[in-house]
Amino acid sequence: MATTERDELVRSLAGLALFADLGDPDLEAIADPEWERRFTEGERVLRRGLSGGGLFVILDGEAAVEIPGGEPRRLRRGDFFGEVSTLLQCRPTADVVAASALHCLEIPGPELEAFLLQYPHVTYRMLQTVARRIRDLLR
Amino acid sequence: MPDERPFPPGEYPVVVVGSGPGGLQTSYCLSRLGVEHAVVSRDESPGGMFRRYPIFQRLLSWSKPDSPAEPGTRAYEWYDHNSLVADEPEHQALVPGLMDRSFMVPSREEMERGLAEFAARVPLPVRYGCVWEGTRRDDDGRLVLVTSDGEYRARAAVFALGVTTPWFSPIPGIDTVPHYVDCREASDYRGKSVFVIGKRNSGFEIADGLLPWARRVVLGSPRPVQTEVIAQASVRVRYLQPYEDAALGGGTFALDLAVERIERRERGWRIVGNGTTRPGPVDLEVDEAIAATGFSTPLLDLDALGVRTVAQGRIPAQTPLWESEPGSGIFFAGNATQGAPGLRKHGVGASSPAVHGFRYNARVMARHLARSLGMDVPAERIEGDQVPYLLEELTTAPELWAQKSYLARAVTTEGESDIVPLAHFVDDAGPDAVAIAVEMDEEGSTYPAVYARRGGEIRERLLPPHLLNDFRGPDYERELRAFL
Repeated sequence: MATTERDELVRSLAGLALFADLGDPDLEAIADPEWERRFTEGERVLRRGLSGGGLFVILDGEAAVEIPGGEPRRLRRGDFFGEVSTLLQCRPTADVVAASALHCLEIPGPELEAFLLQYPHVTYRMLQTVARRIRDLLR
Repeated sequence: MPDERPFPPGEYPVVVVGSGPGGLQTSYCLSRLGVEHAVVSRDESPGGMFRRYPIFQRLLSWSKPDSPAEPGTRAYEWYDHNSLVADEPEHQALVPGLMDRSFMVPSREEMERGLAEFAARVPLPVRYGCVWEGTRRDDDGRLVLVTSDGEYRARAAVFALGVTTPWFSPIPGIDTVPHYVDCREASDYRGKSVFVIGKRNSGFEIADGLLPWARRVVLGSPRPVQTEVIAQASVRVRYLQPYEDAALGGGTFALDLAVERIERRERGWRIVGNGTTRPGPVDLEVDEAIAATGFSTPLLDLDALGVRTVAQGRIPAQTPLWESEPGSGIFFAGNATQGAPGLRKHGVGASSPAVHGFRYNARVMARHLARSLGMDVPAERIEGDQVPYLLEELTTAPELWAQKSYLARAVTTEGESDIVPLAHFVDDAGPDAVAIAVEMDEEGSTYPAVYARRGGEIRERLLPPHLLNDFRGPDYERELRAFL
């Protein structure tokens, strides 16, 4: 059972646009058991105003971004969050709450720089997503 | 002959499964709170994993017979990571008293003896030789634990199962390789070349144990060894010798390698893979291969009751209070409580896989469990000025030092004080209160953190580190008062 589940984690990562350029050895290296997270519905994942968070990539389930006074935004499989506070080393300005049972990969803040430098294709795809978000904001 | 073992099958408010340190600590804490419970264990004696592991005999965690605090006191617990904790001084600090002082980490036998001594002194009755075989939920919502002795019904169950079931990574051919648990005497590897799959604790433990015997030791796994973490962790006892050997080119190699396949040869194994950190093919013929690929928790059929896993299926996912999901009544204790990650600020995890971390998890969980069963568990009461009390706790509370950024001391405006999971404090609505925790950042700097909850809003304030970790001075008092 355990072996299959690890295979599933690697396959799940391989199916995400963010990791689409990576081969198996890289995916296996990224499938760090300590980075796998599960949250029950309603549990907070990213906390507004609290330091020391990481970057989360959704493997399965949905999350809701809750900004005071703003429209809640839904995140789904393949989406990522926490990148702004992690890259800028500041406290998140939004809560992210599990909107269903949620399965994530969390890249801890202190490891993100090395991670992005080691996998430039992931960095490039992440930049594309961020650029799309900026474009949508400016529309 | 009549069966004289305690806890015959039947109905109990709580059932605890396991007689390792997690099960014993849970049973102790439930007993002191007056929570009636049964303890069943498949083993024949107390000690759990320490009855067999670590194979090469010495633990990673310290117990310092002499320290700045007096043995038997609460403050001393921080200097003794291996004893179970008790309210009575005579049950405290049992492991250091059994150590021969040749190392400041106990041997496996010393650890096992310490646990057996705790179980005998308290005493903690256990139904040994009773194998948990399956679980279901009755129509009335109660849990039914099916065992080799019969069925147990309970409103809640605490599974202290250990994380010791061999786990193999999904490499073609790995089924031909003996697991860590089947490693033979070190002298059996004399003059042989050995490939160890895995570069975590058990991999380096094997490598260290075989260094005096093997001709060549090669360790391989995809992720690099985090040398900056090792330098600050007690695991260096196991890691540094093989790693130093590898770094200096002494015949040992620690490869960042994704193993593609393993082939069984007439004599030995062939290991084929690709470098990860440094790309390149690797093709090795070795006499011996050992899978130090880790362990899992034997959850049996708990997935049918909604228990999910993390760590690639190896560890049950849990809430901050170590329940599979809120209200399920399925709790975990011991090493498996690492499945509750907490805030993991700056990526620093709790010490829940180790005794010095999970012994406090058990105490906090027992109090939560007793309350959820409708029992009155009063909080400690702090009268007068809270600031000196909070700074004293930040400096000396073993719970906060052992479970950095996981456990916090929370005190309400009314003076009700409790140790709680920090994630529980910041995420759950509650009365106005302050919580303090000891935290560590990515540079390994330890500092106090304060969280104020006012009208449901949380504010965080990080206080500066202190060279001697003493946060009781006037500067800290001033800063804490200003924040509160």
